[in-house]
Amino acid sequence: MTERIKQLREQSLRAINSISAERALLVTEYYKQQHVAARPVPVQRAESLLHIFSKKHICINSGELIVGERGPAPKATPTYPEVCLHSIEDLDILDSRPKVSYKVNDEVRKAYSDTIIPFWKGNSQRDRVFANVDEQWKEVYASGVFTEFQEQRAPGHTVCSARMFRMGLKDIKAIIDGTISTLDFFNDPDAVAKREELQAMKIAADAAIILAHRHAESLTQLATKESNPQRKAELEHMASICQWVPENAPRTFHEALQHYWFIHLGVITELNPWDSFNPGRLDQHLWPFYQQEVKAGTLTEEYAKELLQSFWVKFNNHPAPPKTGVTAKESNTYTDFALINVGGVKADGSDAVNDLSYIILDVIEEMRILQPSSMVQISKKNPDRFLHRALKIVKTGFGQPSIFNTDAVIQELVSQGKSLEDARNGGCSGCVEAGAFGTEAYMLTGYFNLPKVFEITLHNGVDPRTGKRLGIETGNVSTFTTFNELMDAFRKQLKHFVDIKIKGNNIIEKLYGRYLPAPFLSLVIDDCITNGIDYNAGGARYNTSYIQGVGLGSLTDTITAIKHHVYENETVTMTEMLNALENNFSGFETLRAKLLYETPKYGNDDDYADQHAVEIFNSFLELIDGRPTSRGGTFRVDMLPTTCHVYFGTVIGATADGRMAGTPLSEGVSPVQGADRNGPTAVVKSVAKFDHLKTGGTLLNQKFTPAFFNGDEAIARLGFLVRTYFRMDGHHIQFNVTDAQTLRDAQKHPEKHADLIVRVAGYSDYFNDLTPELQEEVISRTEHEGF
Amino acid sequence: MQGLVFDIRRYSVHDGPGIRTTVFLKGCPLRCLWCHNPESWLLQPETTVRKNRIGNDTFETTEVVGKYYTPTELVSIVEKDYLFFDESNGGVTFSGGEPLMQPEFLEQSLALLHKKGIHTAVDTCGLASAERYKAIAPHTNLFLFDLKHMDSATHKRLTGCDNELILSNLRLLNTLGADIIIRYPFIPTANDSKENLNAMVSFLSALKGISEVDVLPYHKIAAHKYQKMGIGNWDNAPSEPTKTEIEQVVSFLKNSGYKVKVGG
Repeated sequence: MTERIKQLREQSLRAINSISAERALLVTEYYKQQHVAARPVPVQRAESLLHIFSKKHICINSGELIVGERGPAPKATPTYPEVCLHSIEDLDILDSRPKVSYKVNDEVRKAYSDTIIPFWKGNSQRDRVFANVDEQWKEVYASGVFTEFQEQRAPGHTVCSARMFRMGLKDIKAIIDGTISTLDFFNDPDAVAKREELQAMKIAADAAIILAHRHAESLTQLATKESNPQRKAELEHMASICQWVPENAPRTFHEALQHYWFIHLGVITELNPWDSFNPGRLDQHLWPFYQQEVKAGTLTEEYAKELLQSFWVKFNNHPAPPKTGVTAKESNTYTDFALINVGGVKADGSDAVNDLSYIILDVIEEMRILQPSSMVQISKKNPDRFLHRALKIVKTGFGQPSIFNTDAVIQELVSQGKSLEDARNGGCSGCVEAGAFGTEAYMLTGYFNLPKVFEITLHNGVDPRTGKRLGIETGNVSTFTTFNELMDAFRKQLKHFVDIKIKGNNIIEKLYGRYLPAPFLSLVIDDCITNGIDYNAGGARYNTSYIQGVGLGSLTDTITAIKHHVYENETVTMTEMLNALENNFSGFETLRAKLLYETPKYGNDDDYADQHAVEIFNSFLELIDGRPTSRGGTFRVDMLPTTCHVYFGTVIGATADGRMAGTPLSEGVSPVQGADRNGPTAVVKSVAKFDHLKTGGTLLNQKFTPAFFNGDEAIARLGFLVRTYFRMDGHHIQFNVTDAQTLRDAQKHPEKHADLIVRVAGYSDYFNDLTPELQEEVISRTEHEGF
Repeated sequence: MQGLVFDIRRYSVHDGPGIRTTVFLKGCPLRCLWCHNPESWLLQPETTVRKNRIGNDTFETTEVVGKYYTPTELVSIVEKDYLFFDESNGGVTFSGGEPLMQPEFLEQSLALLHKKGIHTAVDTCGLASAERYKAIAPHTNLFLFDLKHMDSATHKRLTGCDNELILSNLRLLNTLGADIIIRYPFIPTANDSKENLNAMVSFLSALKGISEVDVLPYHKIAAHKYQKMGIGNWDNAPSEPTKTEIEQVVSFLKNSGYKVKVGG
């Protein structure tokens, strides 16, 4: 690593996460103008971006090669009052909360109380969301049966395509003009709306061009003042790059990275979309530039690496926009989920791994920072050498890269109706979500608490935590004589709650399409321009809305325990079981030991337990998969939790698998923490029993100690484990490589382990930034020691 | 016909090539002073107490060590991981105890696995009649053959039996053309003398085609097992070899022309 990168990396690591009021003030200033109200909504959105990019502070950090900060400084994080208005109380919480805090100074507080809050109070999208969903939705939401992704952040969940690396915004504007000229004002009732949207897209494109030109000016000024001739030349070169991209198509490796970064800034400044934005298949997009320049002798591998590392630092400088309340609980992290994809296959289906794939893996290993996240796509066509190289980085223990099954992802996407080429050009983003990159709007809408629905079933539709009737009456379970009666009741409750979630989604989706279009994002995702329809209104080629199931392992073990002990072995009656759960096993310790230690568990390749995982998954899938969404898309399921399994655990009492009240649920599709006792082959076999190809992503977390990766032979064996899981259509696997002793020590002495990064659930995080419950959970995940 | 099994371990990565499932058969003719698997000694099920801990509370349940399976039942369990075997060129390893204490069960299980195209390995202490080895050799792809000590009297002191039959079985398997990996349990002071190592290498050099010796450094992981089984006094256990000592043994064997793996 060069001295320059060391310094940039250090600066990024040391930067304090803080709230900047700059964007909120500029957006307020724009909307306060009298003429704005008369503008079409998409034009208002584009002009507000133009306003921000014309006025915001330009920050150029010393030594950097890729420029552009969303805020006035690294990790100075803007807010989006038009989406979610923070109160002074919210700001106090953000400032002072022990985990994932953002410093808020008095100037920001004053800007909020004097200007931002008075203007936006009652007028934010969040206000609209809560005004439009019904009371039943609100009660169920408050009970923790599901979460709502779009209550504080805009949808996004999408990835850049190869097309954007081949085109300048100028070229895209020309295409927009072409589309406008062919609008059919005689037969198309939406022609006017389309023209407004397309005009807004052009304004949004201009916004990013202006931002780049302002950077060019600043760089030129810095160059004139610079005394070091080498840096002076760099600054001049960077100025010429910013003068060229993103207006024009990039011509060099350096231009391509800078080009993407301006587009990234456009997407994450326009709104606060989930998963920020993502360059996607970076080794594919950059390969033509790299190959051509290395051949011409204008780029060395070392400099390409330095440019990539400078690019990496930019991601790390941009923490997630601040989240509060339930949204903070479900996604309690600074990570903003840009997930770099490496490997996989090309559009023609051939092996896509190239020299740059390995260089990017080197970058990941050397940088060892939180953002961007990284993953490798492993197809049966990719060489073992590539997988082994990735596993050697996994061994270093910061949870990256995670490993995905390209062949499964392609089948998932094709079975959802995408073309084979669009599917092959896809990959995974966020935590584990499969998507057709550049052509799909695949929005996550909220986590769904499967074990909570079962708890409500056990109480005949009442939430035992609050005593409120949230569900329907499905009968007193103590009077059920068969296990099937219980499962029928559960399926009825599940349908009831899924319907409430879907109704809410359809309302909220419409509110975004209508009030918060994203004309800039629409520039970069096909076919928003051709359709003349905004990304948030269904303009993309493919539109998918996901509901993410949480707690599969916990619910499987709960149901298995009840079947085993109540209905088959009659160890306890249902009344006794309910009594034990209500008392959180106090006075029922022996029963709890039986539930924990003498009951079949998911994750051991035991069909007795695993069949219930299949059954639960299929019930959930049938209720959601294929239903239409209000923007013309389709509902699908995936199985991942981010940090929501911790929050969902807090709203559930004791469960029949022996879990105590309020403790975390199992995460992803992984077994309950500590329940898998037959080793990793048994785990992956259990997990592969339900059909991953019917999902848009599943998350399997396996914890190993470093010893497990010692030597080439051990790496090869892990490679076999991954390959076999993928032969069984497993979607994703990630490894946590840390020994429990280290983690315990980090709990006691956080100061000594500030750099300790662990895999949480689809992403990595600093161990010190995790809540104590999450720290405990990471520790208790089965360690496969001694195999 | 049934065999008595005390454990089945999946993703076993130290008992032969690839990803393997190791089947531990109960019953052993030796009583090595350092034995890691005291639960494997007797060829009969044994009832023990299992302590399940929740926080500071202990919940005891009785547990039977040793379960009977027919060869068909056993194969239906181990073949669950056939995809892993296929992918990794792995397979099934029989260990123990001494698997040849249950020769018919072993032979039939090996034959059944071979019929299914699954790679087989047998981890043996070498102490069984020659006939038993001849019977299983056609169904065994690989022998993991223990050499604990070359001097018969010392062998007897350390394990309870002398080593003549063991060494002659090793010669026999070699004559039959079997694939063999030697396993040398490295027990400080007990079997790490220069004389013993020299004797081992000189014995092996007379055999053709043996190219690998695995060094299994002794470790004290089994203390809790002795407590659980209620046998022996673990206080007199040997000390674990140091990293340097292991390296010395490894380099001696390597210099003698063998491929060496530590931990098998």
